Amino acid sequence: MGMTMTQKILATHAGLKEVCAGQLIEAKLDLVLGNDVTTPVAIKEFKKIGVNKVFDHEKVAIILDHFTPNKDIKSAEHCKMCREFAIDKNIDNFFDVGSMGIEHCLIPEKGLVVAGDVVIGADSHTCTYGALGAFSTGVGSTDMACGMASGYTWFKVPSAIKFILKNKPAKWVSGKDIILHIIGLIGVDGALYKSMEFCGDGLRYLTMDDRFTIANMAIEAGGKNGIFPVDEKTIEYLKEHSVKEFKVFEADDDANYDEIIEIDLSKLRPTVAFPHLPENTKTIDEVEEITIDQVVIGSCTNGRMEDLRIAAKILKGKKIAKNVRVIIFPGTQKIYLQALREGLIEDFVEAGATVSTPTCGPCLGGHMGILAKGERCISTTNRNFVGRMGHVDSEVYLASPAVAAASALAGKIKDPESV
Amino acid sequence: MKANGKVFKYGENVDTDVIIPARYLNSSDPKELALHCMEDIDIDFVKKVQQGDIIVATKNFGCGSSREHAPIAIKACGISCVIAHSFARIFYRNAINTGLAILECSEAAERIQSGDQIEVDFSTGIITNLTKNEFYQAQPFPKFMNDIIAKEGLINTLKEKLDS
Ligand code: SF4
Repeated sequence: MGMTMTQKILATHAGLKEVCAGQLIEAKLDLVLGNDVTTPVAIKEFKKIGVNKVFDHEKVAIILDHFTPNKDIKSAEHCKMCREFAIDKNIDNFFDVGSMGIEHCLIPEKGLVVAGDVVIGADSHTCTYGALGAFSTGVGSTDMACGMASGYTWFKVPSAIKFILKNKPAKWVSGKDIILHIIGLIGVDGALYKSMEFCGDGLRYLTMDDRFTIANMAIEAGGKNGIFPVDEKTIEYLKEHSVKEFKVFEADDDANYDEIIEIDLSKLRPTVAFPHLPENTKTIDEVEEITIDQVVIGSCTNGRMEDLRIAAKILKGKKIAKNVRVIIFPGTQKIYLQALREGLIEDFVEAGATVSTPTCGPCLGGHMGILAKGERCISTTNRNFVGRMGHVDSEVYLASPAVAAASALAGKIKDPESV
Repeated sequence: MKANGKVFKYGENVDTDVIIPARYLNSSDPKELALHCMEDIDIDFVKKVQQGDIIVATKNFGCGSSREHAPIAIKACGISCVIAHSFARIFYRNAINTGLAILECSEAAERIQSGDQIEVDFSTGIITNLTKNEFYQAQPFPKFMNDIIAKEGLINTLKEKLDS
């Protein structure tokens, strides 16, 4: 029987000719990743294993992004622990304040993942790299520790849902709207334990940044991974960012899917997920008057160059509504610098927004923009659970950078077409 | 291996942000994490929970982030087992890897209520509701998972392998 794209990548890394859904395998890892929240727990576990070295010092990445620059003494201690471990273990890909970025923006930018790789990361949004045609998935700290020690891990081979994306999306419809639409359609456990494989002629209208956003939120549908076929855009991206050799895998024609879902991109509208689940979606036309206190633009979902460009296009030369706080945080130092060179930072500041150094910050209610009781935020991040961005009685609405920027000007959730 | 305890029942999509809110993730000490377990969904949980108690929920328990702090916090506050209709996959992995027993069983997730006294037999997958005098059959763990849990987590399993 044929295999899905994910199954083929896993089979190769397990040294098997064929695998099928449900099979337990041990696969070799091309990269093991952790951040300042998950790595300290992994280090403690790593020490218990009793090995001195990581399996390959080029294939481990540690990025301090969640509570950095250190938000308090405890975070500082955690970061210090990561730093000392990275130095001691000679880890090449250690990124600290000044060189770091939000991990899932930074890893592809640094060329650390290429098509055909198998990657685990102690962070749920590790699924982002599926945009590059790699198998990558989030795990916990113990998995990270064992991965660092041995260079392999166990997987249960997933079955898959195939999403056929058709036609060209309309002007204000981005990757974020597509994935929010999908999560609204199948629910937050709609792809539980499964791969989400994207294909169809609509892909050619999606930029790499759109694809990163879509793959990033596979986990919000419960997915094990989200994956895109490799096309000219992927190859161009890989050549620009990486020197690593990549390998292109394609799903077999007779691969088996649990479900095949067709989506006509030309019919989609800008989409907003209401509190407190990413599946509570409405199109912008269904949104009634919802005033907001805060706008957050950034994160591993939407903190890339295109996201900032579109936000700047809407905000440039205008003023943010009274009593609305706008926080923009670029994904990496490189993105920050590029935004500076293109004059986007100036546009943001002149409009009345604040621009932060790259950090996860407000996305997880860590620091740099916590919500008070009863406050509402429209955010380009990926989760709107109870208390995600602050007080348990605050609310987060998820949307694209265009909708977030338009809302910043209006002081309420707004269609970008109308500002 | 068996568990026996009083039930705390929750609904669907109990996410890692309510199991252990991110504002406490600047610690990785199990005891400290346990102090805030379930705080954003059930403020009284930590006050009421006793050694051996059991959490029962419906679908997609543990959805959200990959923080291992979630199963660690649950285990550290004395919970012996979590039963749900289904688990989010990273939580599922983390629970096994850290040695927190979890079982999937739709019938149990539906029938069991808060305060019920229940007993779980991990080798057979049989869940006994002592309060309601009912039995539910859960899928027992596959062998390799039993091995990991018997060795109290993935670390010991790997250690043995690397040593040999
Ligand atoms: S930006 Fe948010 S979702 Fe992304 S890695 Fe950071 S905390 Fe997680």
